Amino acid sequence: MLARALLSGAFAVAVLALPGQAEDRGEGEVLFRPCGACHMIGDGAVHRVGPHLNGLFGRPIGGAEGYEYSDDLIAARDRGVIWSEELLDRFLAGPRDTFRQTSMVFRGIRSPEDRAALIGYLRSEGGTAEAQNGAEPAAIDPEIAAILEIAGDVAYGAYLSSECTACHRATGGEDIPSIAGMAPSVFIAGIVAYRNGTREHQVMNTLSARLGDEEIAALAAYFETTE
Amino acid sequence: MTFNRRIFLGSAAAVTASLATPIVISAQGRPRVVVVGGGAGGATAARYIANDSQGAIDVTLIEPTRAYYSCFFSNLYLGGFRDYDSLGHSYGNLAATYGVNVVHDWAVAVDRDAKTVRLAGGGAVRYDRLVLSPGIDFIEDSVPGWSLATQNAMPHAYKAGSQTQLLRAQVEAMPEGGTYAMVAPPNPFRCPPGPYERISMVAHMLKQTNPTAKILIADPKEGFSKQGLFEDGWERHYPGMITRIGPDFGGDVVEVDAEAMTLSIDGAVESVDVCNVIPAQRAGSIAFAADITEGNWAPVSAYDLSSRADPEIHVLGDSAAQGAMPKSGFSANSQAKVCANAIVAALSDGRAFPPRFSNTCWSLIDTDDGIKVGATYEASDEGIVSTGGFVSQVGETAEVRAETYRESLDWYAAITSDMFG
Repeated sequence: MLARALLSGAFAVAVLALPGQAEDRGEGEVLFRPCGACHMIGDGAVHRVGPHLNGLFGRPIGGAEGYEYSDDLIAARDRGVIWSEELLDRFLAGPRDTFRQTSMVFRGIRSPEDRAALIGYLRSEGGTAEAQNGAEPAAIDPEIAAILEIAGDVAYGAYLSSECTACHRATGGEDIPSIAGMAPSVFIAGIVAYRNGTREHQVMNTLSARLGDEEIAALAAYFETTE
Repeated sequence: MTFNRRIFLGSAAAVTASLATPIVISAQGRPRVVVVGGGAGGATAARYIANDSQGAIDVTLIEPTRAYYSCFFSNLYLGGFRDYDSLGHSYGNLAATYGVNVVHDWAVAVDRDAKTVRLAGGGAVRYDRLVLSPGIDFIEDSVPGWSLATQNAMPHAYKAGSQTQLLRAQVEAMPEGGTYAMVAPPNPFRCPPGPYERISMVAHMLKQTNPTAKILIADPKEGFSKQGLFEDGWERHYPGMITRIGPDFGGDVVEVDAEAMTLSIDGAVESVDVCNVIPAQRAGSIAFAADITEGNWAPVSAYDLSSRADPEIHVLGDSAAQGAMPKSGFSANSQAKVCANAIVAALSDGRAFPPRFSNTCWSLIDTDDGIKVGATYEASDEGIVSTGGFVSQVGETAEVRAETYRESLDWYAAITSDMFG
């Protein structure tokens, strides 16, 4: 069983207030919109393609219950690594430069000012880990949970996967990520997000639109077996 | 990617024999599939049949060239965005990893009764199923004055290789303020956006090296793929450089004179410095030799790409009359996988799954300005039909266009890996 995840949502420990946090909130909200295709934050947030981002600051790395993280994020968690302001800033500048195995499809934010604005927004909307203490673990999106219940037909998934491999290499590319070895929950969450349009990509939206739940489960079951 | 499909490590390594004597190669017990043409359709089919049958099927790929140079992305070489070597790919891995017998020879005839393919080198190869993926050939009299004999004076560059290098050399040698002319092909033809991406790439090159040069397109078609996107891009990046003459103004009444280097459009004669003639097209000659064509193309079933004339012959990619899919490398790759699944199911113990197809076509207009169009398809009794699609929009942000271009680079690496393993 390979445990991989799109993204560490565990930006932990006390982070000093960022300069201009309050005034950057509006800009941060705008910057968060593309993130919202995969992540939820605020009241009612649940795990989708990525983990929910409530309580991000102060949450142990890889610490959102019910979400499968990539091996290197789990390893970082096991080493007791916590998110400092600097680490979070570096992660947002280049996710794969920070965690090589993350399959988050995001090239990063070049502007330090934009990163600061986004961090400010995440703190203001999601609060701190302390504020989340005692909260119920975030549920998995019911649509995703329903597909996870289906036993995927691996052989059918292998056939269907040939449509994916015209664009996805096992090693991944600069803009088209690897999906080999992806955890079913993460794979399914991604496809569902494309299928219902909450995550936008013209090719993936078009391809996912014709995938039924059984086919998504088959693909997820197959890709979990690949390396 | 190491899939959990068993990979057949065949004992037959790369076979590069041109057979000197007219012997017939037999399959020695295993069902035999012969694939003619090592492009996006043929290479993909050979790889998937060999891999998915887990060695139960003997696969022979007949391809005259020893390296595959992709027609897709060759325009980027013309624009200076890639080097020529980056278009080349070896057949070695198909042989070494998947056990495909790679025979470098021309397939010149098909005996459908004896189920053999005759090779120019004198041999013959027996098949149980034959897959033809020969790409396109040109209809020589479609542009009066142009023939294969004059193709070096007026290159088509629509089969990648030396023609592509020749066209780039001609563009680079154009005099200051000279004229590059393209005679665009009529429908249907390989890669519908291809000629217009080429115009963009030539314009990009000329803008840097010869900015007073002009580009003239004689086009027999009323419209073309991604037309609004291309024309918007030409206006933004190359204002005043490109003129397209459609059929309303004689773009469908064209003659050329290779010796005089002139282009006549509805009787108006223009002297040009480069004349890129992309003639009308038809299925590769081996499809005609097999007598499975109707008109210029080979009709096939949408369910398994089998010939309407012979169910034991399958036709992939540009040569096939299959329905709604455009003639593209992506389409051929997609069709090859459906065909491979059907063949493996028929000849070994593989499971047959419902056919499904998709295609995406990326084009580059200028640096970091990429656009795309794509669709999904399914089989019907009438042919392959479209079930959904998308196209880039005029006015997209620079970041979206740059992402589209970067995405196309990843796609190129992925599809060539998908073809050759």
